[in-house]
Amino acid sequence: MSLDKETVRKIAYLARIRVPEDALAGLVAELNHIIGWVEQLGEVATEGVEPMASVVEITLPARADEVSDGGIAEQVLKNAPEPVVAPGTDGGYFAVPKVVE
Amino acid sequence: MSYVVKGERGDWEAVVGLEVHAQIISKAKLFSGAATQFGAAPNTQVSLVDAAMPGMLPVLNGHCVAQAVRTGLGLKAKINKRSVFERKNYFYPDLPPGYQISQYAQPIVGEGEVLLDMPDGSTRAVGIERLHMEQDAGKSLHDQDPNRTFIDLNRAGVALMEIVSKPDIRSPEEAGLYLRKLRSILRYLGTCDGNMEEGSMRADVNVSVRPKGSNELRTRAEVKNVNSVRFVMQAIEAEAARQVAVYDAGGEVKQETRLYDSEKGETRPMRIKEFAHDYRYFPDPDLLPLTLTDEFIRGIAAALPELPDDKKQRFVADYGLSPYDAQVLAAERETADYFERVAQGGAGGKKGRRDAKQAANWVTGALFAHLNETGKTISDSPVAADALGALIDLVADGTISGRIAKDVFAEMAATGRPPKAIVAEKGLMQISDAGAIEAAVDQVIAANPKQVADVRAGKAKTIGWLVGQVMKATGGKANPQMVNELLKRKLGG
Repeated sequence: MSLDKETVRKIAYLARIRVPEDALAGLVAELNHIIGWVEQLGEVATEGVEPMASVVEITLPARADEVSDGGIAEQVLKNAPEPVVAPGTDGGYFAVPKVVE
Repeated sequence: MSYVVKGERGDWEAVVGLEVHAQIISKAKLFSGAATQFGAAPNTQVSLVDAAMPGMLPVLNGHCVAQAVRTGLGLKAKINKRSVFERKNYFYPDLPPGYQISQYAQPIVGEGEVLLDMPDGSTRAVGIERLHMEQDAGKSLHDQDPNRTFIDLNRAGVALMEIVSKPDIRSPEEAGLYLRKLRSILRYLGTCDGNMEEGSMRADVNVSVRPKGSNELRTRAEVKNVNSVRFVMQAIEAEAARQVAVYDAGGEVKQETRLYDSEKGETRPMRIKEFAHDYRYFPDPDLLPLTLTDEFIRGIAAALPELPDDKKQRFVADYGLSPYDAQVLAAERETADYFERVAQGGAGGKKGRRDAKQAANWVTGALFAHLNETGKTISDSPVAADALGALIDLVADGTISGRIAKDVFAEMAATGRPPKAIVAEKGLMQISDAGAIEAAVDQVIAANPKQVADVRAGKAKTIGWLVGQVMKATGGKANPQMVNELLKRKLGG
């Protein structure tokens, strides 16, 4: 498998990474190297082997249905560039450029 | 009553499938310990996991898993003992991690079915394709500021079930019946409150059309995020008509996402193309596959309540109700419990204690009418089930007439007083004293010689009019059967 320039441009867009046009060719080469490297795994015979989800034999842990978190609006909003206070409450909003549908 | 869209060159039918997002009833979120309660101050029910702070890891809420399995069993669906959480990647301001944890290739619940109760009393099955668990996103408020969108993450991470139907629905009416039935099942199970106003149940509607009689599946459009049963029905009507017009004009329907504008009664394409479906699902490396034991599933199955379909059948079999009445009474658990209490004096009561048909008539007739008028639910009905039962007893043992019972009910609804007290205080007891009735009958005979002559001449119908006169003279209190018999005897009818 190898990637072309168009695919790399699309991947960059989907990841919201701005890539200047003149940097694309270099990225194509680099990504193709990585893919080629990973593809070596294809040489291992895996027929009939269940994909492994974890190297340790454990099942997915679960929590009880109890409220044990939250009430930290101030901390949650601490890094927001322009938080907006919700009047009369201890809460507030993130504010972002208008996205309207 | 099949649904047809008239085209220029023939009839078309609609092919509809629904994806319902149902919020799971739980105290805490699917992967964090933050609360889920509706209406809290913005961003006060957000943990650092929900805010996607670096290094925070999701831990699955076990109760939400049980709720999803319970729902699957209620939909008579296959439970998958192994399911996988995946990441659905897209960027939007109300989704801080840049991906939604969802299930894709391996959902927790597979195929099942929902039975629609058709207006003619028959049923029709709509297939369930799958049910999977996923996280809700936060809420974007676009109308608070001219230039900015405000984001509240309280809803971010709340557990949802996405319930996907097969494209088995053929009309707006069936879509409405499907949603109501699904909501009824979810409420019985206690897994979702079904409240569409608060957004705890929302639907995406997939619509395509095809020439009537054809079996092909044409390109569908998806109408996103419709938030009431009525709007779902309207959206299907509008979208099916639009697609037929497109084909009539020689065009092709595009596979796209649209929105329903309830004010204009039309659908329009979503403007933001960034949603172009390229979600790059892959298994979430933070979460192991979810495995369920048979014992866990059996435990939930054993604790399932009686569901609306079973209850409906039991009401028909045990109480002799019509399928229609049985379905109306079984649609909500509270209504069904109320009816049974009226019919047999509660769970510990005796079957056949009261005339079940009468009980059903009172509940679906006078009681529903009153609740509708006053905007109340059956849980805060001013007339308790036992009081309504007592009223039915008063009619059954001849204390009051059926006509008077209606007045007594109105008084009970207005004042909340027991029927016996109202009847005693207002002197509404039925007159079953032969002497008193005879006196009234004699008076009516004397006062209406023409009608009496008619009856004697063989116009049997007029006797009903005379009965009415006696009832009127006694303020509706005379025992109508006795009046009838007495008149017939005296007039030789």
